[in-house]
Amino acid sequence: MSTLDGNALAGPLTEVLGPDPTLAVLRCTGCGSLGVLAVTRVYATAMGAVARCRDCDTVLVTLVDTPDRRWVGLPGARAVAAPPA
Amino acid sequence: MTLPDTGLEAQRTPSTPARSGRRPAWHPATVASVAPETPNARRIVLDVPTWPGNDPGQHLDVRLTAEDGYQASRSYSIASSGDGTSVLLAVDRVEGGEVSPFLVDAVEVGDALEVHGPLGGWFVWHPGATDRPVQLIAGGSGIVPLAAIAGAHADAGDAAPFRLLYAVRTPEDVFFRPELARAEAAGIEVTHVYSRTAPAGSTVPAGRLTKESLAAAVFPPDAGALVYVCGSTPFVEQVLRWLGELGHDTTDVRAERFGGS
Repeated sequence: MSTLDGNALAGPLTEVLGPDPTLAVLRCTGCGSLGVLAVTRVYATAMGAVARCRDCDTVLVTLVDTPDRRWVGLPGARAVAAPPA
Repeated sequence: MTLPDTGLEAQRTPSTPARSGRRPAWHPATVASVAPETPNARRIVLDVPTWPGNDPGQHLDVRLTAEDGYQASRSYSIASSGDGTSVLLAVDRVEGGEVSPFLVDAVEVGDALEVHGPLGGWFVWHPGATDRPVQLIAGGSGIVPLAAIAGAHADAGDAAPFRLLYAVRTPEDVFFRPELARAEAAGIEVTHVYSRTAPAGSTVPAGRLTKESLAAAVFPPDAGALVYVCGSTPFVEQVLRWLGELGHDTTDVRAERFGGS
């Protein structure tokens, strides 16, 4: 497993969060803090990745690749703001 | 999570860099040239006819497909920037890795790859975007996106004061010697910290980056520099901790971490 940051999810999340997911702003359901995806702590494995809040470790984003599709969850994001167009 | 909490989820933040509007997509790429960059790394130029160009600091995902259909993709920072369709990478071999040994040891001129990009608008720098000094801090192959930023700064004749701190194991592990010499000639102050072997004749013995050597090389906290840090995850975490302890405002530091692959 690699410990990375949200920059690593720029490619895999483009289909879901737009052309630049690293600038998407997430509000954490755990602690209420607000930040861009780029600064989240990302744990990546061969199956997929989770992005956790740097302040409280809540799982903000999950990403799992299956043979026929990519599953994205936002279990810890109370709100998501798309990057400025 | 570093943004000031305004209570307005959708509020635009002033620290968000301007986006270039280049949308990422998958592009067919051909290996145009390869050359050893260091004993452990290779310089690879890709010809990507449909590439929309990229900003300094952006990355791409490289996808390899085996004959049985198995696919593996990894992210690599781009050392070039601008509107061209020629993309410069420098790939460090990660022992036991799935993709990097192939790129460093096996890929040849004329081979076809797929690339997804350009990616990432957080870890980018644009000439003229800020009056603040810019501090670049690289650990090992973390120099790649910072070389793109330094090169763009030099090309643009940008007025912002620039410094680069480059932590590297030995002199022979240094990437981008000609590019960094050009950046230095354009006014960027470059400091190397050699962890294992110092260059012949150096008055500074080899040794790991410390809080003291970091403090000596970077802009002082009151300079208000915009800081970019790129390296392995442990390197970036250590540098961010020290910057905070030295009194730097780390809330808008741009960091990019990489792991082994």
